[in-house]
Amino acid sequence: MITFDGIRKAFGARHVLDGVTVNVAAARVTALVGPNGSGKTTLIKILLGLTHPDAGVISIGGTPVDVTGSYRSQVGYMPQAANFPSHLRVGEIVELVTALRGGQARDESLLDAFGLRADWDRPVGTLSGGTRQKLNASIAMMFAPSVLVLDEPTAGLDPVAAATLRDRVRRERDRGRAVLITSHVLSELEELADDVTFICDGTVRFAGSIAQLREATGESRVEPAIVSLMRSVRRADPVSDSAVAPGVATEPG
Amino acid sequence: MSVAGLVFSFRVRDLVRSPWLAAYALGFFAIGESLFWFGGTADQVVLSLLNLVLTVVPLAALVFGVVYVYSTREFTELLLAQPIPRRQLFVGLVGGLTVPLSAAGALGMALPFVLHAGRQAVPVGPLVTLLVAAIGLTAACTALAVLIALWIDDRLRGIGVALGTWLALTLLYDAGVLAIAAAYDRWPLDKVMIGLMLANPVDIARSVVISQLDIPAMMGYSGAVFRQAFGSSIGVAIALLALVSWALVPFLFARRRFERRDF
Repeated sequence: MITFDGIRKAFGARHVLDGVTVNVAAARVTALVGPNGSGKTTLIKILLGLTHPDAGVISIGGTPVDVTGSYRSQVGYMPQAANFPSHLRVGEIVELVTALRGGQARDESLLDAFGLRADWDRPVGTLSGGTRQKLNASIAMMFAPSVLVLDEPTAGLDPVAAATLRDRVRRERDRGRAVLITSHVLSELEELADDVTFICDGTVRFAGSIAQLREATGESRVEPAIVSLMRSVRRADPVSDSAVAPGVATEPG
Repeated sequence: MSVAGLVFSFRVRDLVRSPWLAAYALGFFAIGESLFWFGGTADQVVLSLLNLVLTVVPLAALVFGVVYVYSTREFTELLLAQPIPRRQLFVGLVGGLTVPLSAAGALGMALPFVLHAGRQAVPVGPLVTLLVAAIGLTAACTALAVLIALWIDDRLRGIGVALGTWLALTLLYDAGVLAIAAAYDRWPLDKVMIGLMLANPVDIARSVVISQLDIPAMMGYSGAVFRQAFGSSIGVAIALLALVSWALVPFLFARRRFERRDF
């Protein structure tokens, strides 16, 4: 569904992404994991057109994305930080994004599930961080995008809202959406992820299914498996190429 | 509605509800009213407000502009992730910042004159010139603020540069001009002084308004030379054109930066 092909990005002398090639399949939840500063956020921002790559191509459904940004009508994005202009009301934020997306039909069921109707006329600045994050999640999923990008989606959400969001992510996956998710809550990835792409120092160190991850690390659960991946990278001991999913490029460790 | 129009209208909605903007308008209103109550003539009130405009408007536009751009950065990123062109988004964002700020200042300044219009003659020409100069100064300084915030990622450094720019425009620049005038007093500096005046939006605003009030003693060296060289109406037209350029050039640089930069 989404293909990152040979993405390179440097900020000055610092090479954040060094020829990253990743596939995110439709009807799968792909977890993008890695230590802080590994290049996950930069890769997401390149997908969204927020950051320009130095080299490489991104394709969605086999079509390379263009500079006009029209492909973003297929993408729903939930950023980690839930900051909105504080004097706009919840309904106005929804109205603005709907208008910017050309009046695309919207699915407001998540607004209802999160109880945001009660806050419809409240200025966003008076809402709690968790409620603003619910609004972020609702906007990301409102326009039936074929690609969902979720950056630390449950950070700041209460347990009930986090469970609601996880259920919704599974439902979107089952509807055939390609879901790309980053999270430092590894137990959450255990529940949600079908595939894992592990990035460190701007290169892909592992890409494969959860079963392949377990096999490669010898761990039965995702959380210790990912920790094991991180430790192996720190020891400059790359995971063997046999663990990498077919067709996914990796870089030498 | 276009993307720029949509973003503009929602940003205006956000800003008109801001207590800071209300305080800005009320501040000008309260000072204008006080000046009338203390027995000032309408001409004197325009002159006093001019001194306030030359100091407060650049400060408010630079600092408020920089802070607003930084504080809405995450929301700007969310908008950038929508299927819309960056250029239109930028126009909406900057327009939605400049227009409410200009309107709040102009409203606060104009209202006391409207309230006192029955009791004394309103100097329409100087007042309109003051309002135009204040709006032009707001547009120029807001564009500079946006440029600063887009160029410098670190919020504290950005605010520092904005304050430094304000200090340079309102104080250091005039000191430099005086120093040049004193050092080269035997040289024919007329054209240099005109050039120096046009190179600072605060000097332009001052010269334009003072020329309407017909108090050349208040114009300063460069303003007096300017008026002598161009005559009142042509001079004002050139000065206003320069003020528009002061808003347009930083705007175009900021737009280019916005279109090309990584968020």
